[in-house]
Amino acid sequence: MLDAAAHDTLPAAPGVGYKPQHFAQITAGSGAVKWLEIHAENYMGGGGRPLAQLRHLAERFAMSVHGVGLSIGGEGPLDADHLARLKHLAGWLNPASFSEHLAWSTHDSHFYNDLLPLPYTDASLQRICDHIDQLQETIGRRMLLENPSSYLAFAESTWAEPEFLAEISRRTGCGLLLDVNNVFVSASNLEFSPQGYIDAFPLDKVGEIHLGGHDEDDDGQGRPLLIDSHGREVADPVWALLDYTLAKSGPRPVLIEWDNDVPDWPVLEAEAARAATALERIPA
Amino acid sequence: MSVSQADFTRAMMDAGQPVPDGLTDHLGQPAGRRFSVYRNNVAVSLTEAMHSAFPVISKLLGKQNMDGLAGIYLRRHPPSSPLMMFYGAEFPTFLEGMEQLKHLGYLGDVARLELALRRAYHAADAAPIAPEALGALPPDALLDTRLELAPAVQVLRSPWPLHAIWRYNTEDGAPKPAAQAEDVLITRPEFDPIPQVLPPAGAVWISALMAGATIGAAMEQAAAENEAFDLGATLALLLQGGAVTGLNSKG
Repeated sequence: MLDAAAHDTLPAAPGVGYKPQHFAQITAGSGAVKWLEIHAENYMGGGGRPLAQLRHLAERFAMSVHGVGLSIGGEGPLDADHLARLKHLAGWLNPASFSEHLAWSTHDSHFYNDLLPLPYTDASLQRICDHIDQLQETIGRRMLLENPSSYLAFAESTWAEPEFLAEISRRTGCGLLLDVNNVFVSASNLEFSPQGYIDAFPLDKVGEIHLGGHDEDDDGQGRPLLIDSHGREVADPVWALLDYTLAKSGPRPVLIEWDNDVPDWPVLEAEAARAATALERIPA
Repeated sequence: MSVSQADFTRAMMDAGQPVPDGLTDHLGQPAGRRFSVYRNNVAVSLTEAMHSAFPVISKLLGKQNMDGLAGIYLRRHPPSSPLMMFYGAEFPTFLEGMEQLKHLGYLGDVARLELALRRAYHAADAAPIAPEALGALPPDALLDTRLELAPAVQVLRSPWPLHAIWRYNTEDGAPKPAAQAEDVLITRPEFDPIPQVLPPAGAVWISALMAGATIGAAMEQAAAENEAFDLGATLALLLQGGAVTGLNSKG
């Protein structure tokens, strides 16, 4: 457990998104949780408790750095200052994995703190590949790119999302982060088959799987609109979609994301234990 | 039919704008309420960021008023970087510019204190000197010495009972603030920033040190503002707070 060399890849086991309020319990005994993920932007201050906790955890767990602010899908150039901060973090922490999103969040130097959608066209494909090349060169490592949750579509899109992600991976060499809850949310909102999406997804490129809770709203036309809220337990049909995915992909690192209304540690650990069960029952 | 990110953000930040053409549901029908998810996500996440960044302002104004102010603020001053830990830098001036808050003149300084506490929390670490190192200097050398202070150290000057207002709203049973000006020193002995009231002209002395003055030159500035300046008491606050990180006796 204290062997640093053992922390250079994520294990095909459950991890959770790290929340500072769980620090004492995690260090006392993490149960089913075998690795931790942090949001990069929360660890870009100069020092203090956040970085002290991170140094401590990184000695004990494989760590995944998950960026939420680079705006890879942005029309403008990547923020050079932010690239430098990511390089610095990836450099000193040397995490087992680095991931970001197929989304944008910055426009005209304003950051909107949300993952915003983009059309899937030849032009956006080229731009995203350029940005990923630039990021991978800057931090000197391969990244994973995560599929978004969708609430709407762009009339101008000419690519289906799984093929779009597969092509990005092919051109840039990046791996993919498959968020199974996002697939379920998007499939419900845009009325496609979630299993069909998984069937079309390049599962051999998947380095990590995400699971999270979603809320149900409606679209104003009498149809349900699922919202990727990360504020509750993973829904049963999403667990079923995880089983479907793992049966095809084989074992993968599986992360529980719970970012809003964060529960006490035992509730989060129980979700990780459920993911452990799903990993154990993958058919041989 | 193509929707630029400029079109998208304009409509996202102003619910009075129509949803851009070219955003649809799965049947190619206009996206309508589906677009509101983004309007809502951005407003809610930035409003929550403001609540957690300014808990005392939020308590003083009440949740509903804070929600309303945050809604105006986040449109006027959206974040300029993905480092949400530093969001809200313009909030003190924003509060002071709100006509309907003019009767609560202290709000701006309370927001400045909350910003400073957050900056101190995230400031770089620095090991303090042993206090004896200062005592070992002969008096003349002491006056010619410059003090290096920890990056977490901050000084705020206020015409309001700034520290008392903060304490009254964060500590059970704290005394009611009395009408008086207070200067506040923030130090971070370990991980938690601590605000304390500075004695008369202490703020002048520390600010001069931070600007690079020697102990002696800073004392002259402090004494010029208030003859009652107490070097020992002010220095003790710095040393107890682990705020002195180096001594420099040259030039």
